[in-house]
Amino acid sequence: MERWCPVTEWVNLLVGLAMGLNLLALGSSRLPSVIRAMAVQGVVLGLIPVLMEGRFEWLVALMAAVTVLLKGFLIPGLLRRAMRAANIDREIEPLVGYVPSLLLGAGGTIVAVAVTYRLPLLPEHSHTLLVPGSLATIFTGFILLICRVKAISQVCGYLILENGIYLFGLLLVRSTPFLVESGILLDLAVGVFVIGIIVDRIQRAFDSLDTRKLTVLRE
Amino acid sequence: MNPLTISVELIFRLALWLLLAPLLPGIINRVKACVAGRKGPPVLQLYYDLARLWQKSVVMSTLASPGFIVGPAVAWVALTGAALLMPIGTANGALSFKGDVLLLIYLLALARFCTAWAALETGSAFEGMGAAREVSYAVLTEAALIAAVLSLSVQSGSSTLGTMLAPSAGPGAILLAAGLFAVLLAENCRVPFDDPNTHLELTMIHEAMALDHSGPPLAVILHGASMKLLLFAVLLSQAVLPIGKLPQPAAAAVLAGSVLAVTVGVGLVESLMARFAFRRVPLLLTVAFLLCLFALVLAWKGGAQ
Repeated sequence: MERWCPVTEWVNLLVGLAMGLNLLALGSSRLPSVIRAMAVQGVVLGLIPVLMEGRFEWLVALMAAVTVLLKGFLIPGLLRRAMRAANIDREIEPLVGYVPSLLLGAGGTIVAVAVTYRLPLLPEHSHTLLVPGSLATIFTGFILLICRVKAISQVCGYLILENGIYLFGLLLVRSTPFLVESGILLDLAVGVFVIGIIVDRIQRAFDSLDTRKLTVLRE
Repeated sequence: MNPLTISVELIFRLALWLLLAPLLPGIINRVKACVAGRKGPPVLQLYYDLARLWQKSVVMSTLASPGFIVGPAVAWVALTGAALLMPIGTANGALSFKGDVLLLIYLLALARFCTAWAALETGSAFEGMGAAREVSYAVLTEAALIAAVLSLSVQSGSSTLGTMLAPSAGPGAILLAAGLFAVLLAENCRVPFDDPNTHLELTMIHEAMALDHSGPPLAVILHGASMKLLLFAVLLSQAVLPIGKLPQPAAAAVLAGSVLAVTVGVGLVESLMARFAFRRVPLLLTVAFLLCLFALVLAWKGGAQ
C-alpha cells in the first residue's frame, strides 16, 4: 500500500468503473441503455487526465471539458436524434446472445489484466490500471462491433473501441501534443455526425438498420 | 475481557440486530409511499405484524412433518448467527476467528436450504415451484457473493471479516458496490428480481415459499428476511467504505447513515423500476457476478501489495 498515491487510487477507481460500464454495454438489450453506458464511460474517461495531472493546467482542463462535452453529451445526443429520426425500434438483435457476449467480454478483461503484467511497462505505469482497462475496453468494442447487427449499436461499439484507444493514449499524456487529441475528437464528432445521416438513409432505402442486408447489391 | 463484559456485549449486539432489523422494510415501504404520493403504512408496521402473528396459532397440513416448523426456526438461528459474525463499525464480530467469512457464507446457505425445505414439506406444487426458483437464482447470487468476498480477501490479505471489511475495497470499490447491491436485491427478493407485494402465483419467489406458513413460524420467516436485508446492507456498506479506519462514534454514524442510504436506494429502485421478466433475471445476475469478478481481478492485480 505504501507506494500507492491517492491520485493513482482515484484513476484506478475510475478505470474500474469504465470496465464495469463495458459489462453494462454488453449486457443491455436496449439501444438507449447502450448509448447511456457509452456516454457515461466517455465522461468518466474524460475526467481521468485532470486527475492524472495532479495540478491544475488550463490546457488539460480545457481538453477534459471538451472530451466530456463531446463524448458525454454531443455524440450520444446525435445518436439519440438519429434513432428518433429513423424510427428504429429499440430492441437490439444480437448475433451472439447477451450472456455469451458478457462472458466473452469478461474473459477478455481477465486476459487483459493477466497479460498486462507481463508487458515491459514503465515503473510509473505498472501500478495503474490504464493498460488493462484500455485493452478490455478495446476488446468490448470489438465484441459489440462483431456481434450486433444494428448499425447504431455498431457505432456504439466503435465509440467504445475509441474510448479504449483514448485510455491507452493517456499513457503518453505528457508527450502527445493536445493538437493530436483534439484532432481525434473532431474526427469522432464528424464521424458520428455523418453516421447519423447515413443511418437515416439506410433506414429509408432498406426499411431496416440490419447491416446484414447491406451485403446485397441493389439497383 | 472478563466473561461478564463479553456476555453483556453479546446481548447488546443481539438486541441491536433483532430490534433494528424490522425497521428496514418499514423504511422501504415509506420511501415507496412517498414516491407514489401516498401516505403509506407506519414505519413500525412490521413490528405490529410480528406481534400479531406471534399470538396466533399454527395451522399445519396433515402431510407436513415437523420439518415444517423446524425449517424456519433453523433458518432464523442461522441468520442470527451470521449477523453476530458481522463486525459493526470498528468492533469485530461477536465471534471473530480466521476464516469466519466462510462460516458466514455457509450460514446464509443453511438458512436458504431450511426455508426451501420447510416450503417443500407442505407437499404443495406451488411451494415447490417457489423453492425451485429461489434455489436456482441462488446459484448465481452465491457465486457473486463469493467473488465479492474473495476480492475483499485478496485486497486486504486476510480471511477474517473484521480485517477484510475495515479498509475500503480499493480500485474495484464501485464495481463491488454495484455487484453487491444487485446481490442484495436478488437475495432479499426485491424488485427487479421479485416483487415482495405481489401475490400473483406465477411471479413470486420468496412469497410462494411462505404461503402455507402461519402464526409464529411465519413471524420467524418474516423477521429472518428483514434480518437478512439488514445483514446485506451492513455488508455492502462496510465492504465499500473504509468504516473500520474511522474512530468508533464516527464509524457507527457512517455505518448507520450508509445502511439508511442503501435502504432508501432499495425503495427508490422499487418505485422506479419494473420487475424483470424471468428470462432476463439470469442475465442481470450474471452481470452482478461479473462485476464482483472484475473487482476480484482488480484487487488481484491492481491494488494488492
